[in-house]
Amino acid sequence: MDSFIHRIEVHYKSDPRLQSRSDRIRSLGFPLSELHLIDIYTIATGSRDFSKDELAQIGAQLINPVVQEYTIDTATTADFDYAIEVGFLPGVTDNVGTTAKQTIEDFFSFRFLDGESVTSSQLFFVRGALSPDSVQELASTLANPLVNRVHIRTRREYGSRGMDPVVPSVHLNEIPTAETVDLDLDDANLARLGKEGIPDAATGQRRGPLALDLAQLHTIRNYFKKKGRKPTDVELESLAQTWSEHCKHTIFASAMDDDIPQGLYKSCIQAATNKIRKEKGKKDICVSVFSDNSGAIIFDETYLVTHKVETHNSPSALDPFGGALTGIVGVNRDTIGFGLGAKPCLNYYGYCVGDPDTDPKLFRGKNRLNPILSPRQILDGVVRGVGVGGNCSGIATPQGWCCFHDRYTGKPLVFAGTVGVMPREHKGRKLSEKRAKAGDLIVMVGGRVGKDGIHGATFSSEPLDPASPVTAVQIGDPITQKKLSDVIVKEARDPGLYRSITDNGAGGLSCSVAEMAKECNGCHVALDKVPLKYPGMAPWEIWISESQERMTLAIPKENLNAFLDLVQRREVEATVIGTFTDTGKCVVECHGDVVMDVDLDFLHDGLPKKHLKTTFTQKTYPEPDPACPARLDETLLSLLQRKNICSKEFISIQYDHTVQGGHVLGPVQGKGRVQAAASLTKVVPGSKKGVGLSQGLFPSYSEIDPYRMAAAGIDTAIRGLIAIGIPLDQIALLDNFCWCSSDNPERLGQLKRAAQGCYDVATAFGTPFISGKDSMFNDFSGFDAKSNPVKISVPPTLLISSIGIHPDVISAVSMDAKFEGDLIYVIGETSEELGGSEYFASLGSTGNTVPALDAGKAKARYRRLTDAIGKELVASAHPVSHGGLAVALAKVAIAGRIGMDITIPSGMRPDYYLFSESLSRFVVTVSPANQKAFEKIASTDAVLLGQLSGRSLRVAAQKNLIDIPVDDLENAYKLPFRGY
Amino acid sequence: MAGGNGREKKKPQRQATERAPDAPVQVGAKALIMSGYGINSEMETQEALARAGMGSDIVHSNDLIAGRKTLSGYRLLVFPGGFSYGDDTGAGNAYANRVRNNLWGDLEKFLDGDNLVLGICNGFQILANLGLVPAFDKKYTREIALMPNRKGVLECRFVTIKPAADNLWTRGIERISCPVSHGEGNFYCSPDTLQRLKDQKMITFRYCRDDMSPADGEYPHNPNGSVEDIAGITSEDGKVLGLMPHPERAMEFVNLYDWPYQKEMMKRKGIEPPQESLNMQFFKNITRYFQ
Repeated sequence: MDSFIHRIEVHYKSDPRLQSRSDRIRSLGFPLSELHLIDIYTIATGSRDFSKDELAQIGAQLINPVVQEYTIDTATTADFDYAIEVGFLPGVTDNVGTTAKQTIEDFFSFRFLDGESVTSSQLFFVRGALSPDSVQELASTLANPLVNRVHIRTRREYGSRGMDPVVPSVHLNEIPTAETVDLDLDDANLARLGKEGIPDAATGQRRGPLALDLAQLHTIRNYFKKKGRKPTDVELESLAQTWSEHCKHTIFASAMDDDIPQGLYKSCIQAATNKIRKEKGKKDICVSVFSDNSGAIIFDETYLVTHKVETHNSPSALDPFGGALTGIVGVNRDTIGFGLGAKPCLNYYGYCVGDPDTDPKLFRGKNRLNPILSPRQILDGVVRGVGVGGNCSGIATPQGWCCFHDRYTGKPLVFAGTVGVMPREHKGRKLSEKRAKAGDLIVMVGGRVGKDGIHGATFSSEPLDPASPVTAVQIGDPITQKKLSDVIVKEARDPGLYRSITDNGAGGLSCSVAEMAKECNGCHVALDKVPLKYPGMAPWEIWISESQERMTLAIPKENLNAFLDLVQRREVEATVIGTFTDTGKCVVECHGDVVMDVDLDFLHDGLPKKHLKTTFTQKTYPEPDPACPARLDETLLSLLQRKNICSKEFISIQYDHTVQGGHVLGPVQGKGRVQAAASLTKVVPGSKKGVGLSQGLFPSYSEIDPYRMAAAGIDTAIRGLIAIGIPLDQIALLDNFCWCSSDNPERLGQLKRAAQGCYDVATAFGTPFISGKDSMFNDFSGFDAKSNPVKISVPPTLLISSIGIHPDVISAVSMDAKFEGDLIYVIGETSEELGGSEYFASLGSTGNTVPALDAGKAKARYRRLTDAIGKELVASAHPVSHGGLAVALAKVAIAGRIGMDITIPSGMRPDYYLFSESLSRFVVTVSPANQKAFEKIASTDAVLLGQLSGRSLRVAAQKNLIDIPVDDLENAYKLPFRGY
Repeated sequence: MAGGNGREKKKPQRQATERAPDAPVQVGAKALIMSGYGINSEMETQEALARAGMGSDIVHSNDLIAGRKTLSGYRLLVFPGGFSYGDDTGAGNAYANRVRNNLWGDLEKFLDGDNLVLGICNGFQILANLGLVPAFDKKYTREIALMPNRKGVLECRFVTIKPAADNLWTRGIERISCPVSHGEGNFYCSPDTLQRLKDQKMITFRYCRDDMSPADGEYPHNPNGSVEDIAGITSEDGKVLGLMPHPERAMEFVNLYDWPYQKEMMKRKGIEPPQESLNMQFFKNITRYFQ
């Protein structure tokens, strides 16, 4: 097919990217003296060739001649020692190539045929004292072997001919039909089938994990025995997807011990929400909880807002950029797929990674095979991935966080969330409700289906090990999805062209179609109608592929033409792939053969019930007994430089947080630009209301006391919103449990306690959970450099995200200190609670006294602060969190670039008082004119600490403890990630 | 020349006393706001124009290409911000190719009429690649480039810009405080082109410091490395403006970066904070042109 291949090389006459790129490569330790970047387009056609003139016209379209030049089929020349070319592996999405292809098609008014292609790659010319080994290592930081190809040439090998043109093409073993699978195996072989997958008939190679356990496989075997036939591979793969931990949350759904017969989800999370909604009665803020792709609360009389936070951990461990990008655009679809389609308006992120200054040598295989990526590579990749996803989609990202811990080195956690907005009704139709009807057409809209993302759902239900499938990595294309999102939410929704919609995420069509089929009780799908990226995919692959940017819609026959006409004009592909029915069955055919015929009841509810047993052993850590330093200047400066406390502003500013025009309180605040605990954004133009986002997570408390860990998370998530002026009764919560080794009764015991903490604290505050997600096996099993086995499990991590509606954003309060002379208060009591604290961690200890929560007291306190903020008595407010009171004071001072004169109450060791992480506390500043009114509301709960004054932070008890210029505090706070 | 040359050291001005912004006047002229392929700021741009008194239609480029909608009848054409084609093949380039390859005749006719064209951020990148600015002698060739930022990544932050020319776009504006959010906004052109832009007063906005003194290329006041702190230029005939920062993202007082500080200051002086930000003068200047 590829008879004609041309290579267009584009370079800048003077490349503005070189300085920052070179600095970055040098910061990774490579002695680089010179760098050049060349963008390559490889055009491969079979049906026609391009003339020299035509290629020049193409070249002209791909550059800006003011600053760039191109060469055609001629190697770019420059001074260099090595040339490194990085391209994509066959089958991996190549967005730049696709855009260039469209431009060429447009210009010549022709279409490339199947098999013809335009692909992009990048060529790096590097110069410096680099050994061949270090060039290899440099290449590995520029490329990811799972998605990239790398070719390296020395200057001599490059010669005058340059690099060879490479045309990636997918070579597939033709597997046109479905196969039956024999489940009449002994238990050992059956277990192997569940763990490693169905053996390929031709090669015997296993297809990748089904993640079905023995009990589940026995149930499936019995089901098909009754039907009198063997299951097909389509049926088995489909059941594996639908029953996966990722989709069914079996651990949260199963009975636990004797006291939780309904399972943790129903007893702790859902029960909390039900109780709160009942108690709030008419003041209930929930619109839709747990049943849809996102949760939704009331924004005002006209609008609702949705929120959903997902994790994308396993893919991000393998390909941080692609994994995180897919994570964020995936959760965007949970917004588009809420009700009849909400408009994504805010993105949210959270990264748990190892310390990026460390580089532990760990491997997935023995003998140094398959090394894991360093924390720095993972952080760089996930930061970029979420950024590209949100920025390209025009969704603001005002809120996010990072958490560093060495136990995230084996497997990072990547959280991605999206808030959506939509009218509650349109012409009398509730937009939050949807229902497919029998007879509606099943229409797949968006991108095409490829081999990417196969076994994503089952893979994330298993720990990462050497056999982790490479096809599990997907790369999203935000622009394809943006086109899809715009046409659905802005054009097709309100005219009512479709009756139901859901996202194609984990499990692909197998999950989205079967899920929607519940609304009408049946579906009939023709897999041969599904548009593919390339031919040669087996039916089971088409059915479970997780190729991105796709939604499934239920469209009444009479609306089909109008819908297809609309999407065609928006260059969005839509295909009828079947019909919704009321037969009670999920029937799938391919070229006329029925390849799946399973009862919906069995598919959705047939999985065997489990009864989980838990144990719990209270861990006790050595109690540190450090002497209290005479002065705490150095301690404070070193705490400000701890990774969990210092500024990560480099992330905030590479994420567009102003698009859609709603910025009110952004990710950094004040003259000193400090990262705030909460953000506030207007999402409905003209409304005075706003949406606040915050969060809490304390993985460092988990091993000591998972119950208190959960309480701390909820309190902190709520408190962030209280501090900007959002009333408690306008706040809802989301839970994301990222656990480890969840087949271990001890880990389940911790989980149970954390979930019980969630119930107790959420009901005490009256803040409902509206959505949640769990990821139960965040473990790494591999080897060190000497091939010793290593297992690293993440600390049990519970992220509580909060969303709240601000009644009138003009009364919102930022965190920065405002004017000299203002009074400084701490609200809330401080106890000696330093277990798991940043202070103890800085001393190399853990301790045992995790902060306890008194929710009743906190609730009354939060009401009073809301009252004071509503009366505009508060000039700044900031919650006390990691690093304790001293760090909170320092951040407020840095943000306002004003000094403080503080005298702390005596009675407690000054270091413990200043660095304790006791919950439910705020630092607020108040204009002296408002002192009386403020103190009347706050009562004895607020302790006056001192005044804003001068240019230094001065803290004294009986004697001076801290006296540091605010500039020095700011430097310390911003030092660790300078240069990122 | 109002505003002056960025290279000339000028005494920093204090912040100008806040003049009362124009009241919005409803005009009959309508704007066409382009959308599609990853453009993403069409709705807030529509909102800004509406608040300034100008109605608009958001039109997908494909509907123009297919002839379902036409440019004729509109008086303002806006290329809003966004990430058309994900910045692939250079920011704004692929969208510009699409327009040039399909809509050039209509666009040329529109440019010959008494109409205005505005490109913000990605829209400016599209205008640059279409050659609509600077369009010396009505020749629509590419004379300028918005290159990758000097820091090499997208950067979203509030900047201050001030008028560098006295023209229809800058009337009554002392400063605009609004976000930039782009990966490729580093303005570059040849020395000859730069001289001509200066001679003909086509440099319309420059990045400056908070105190209104020139940014002099210094990060972060000049956020991207633009030559001579250039944030926006017009076409030779003045009717086309390309601007990197986003005034439509800071229409209201509460959208400004430092509004909590400003509000607290006003409160203590007994001043009620305004609802609208001064940035709205930019959009009111557009509607005023059509009055």
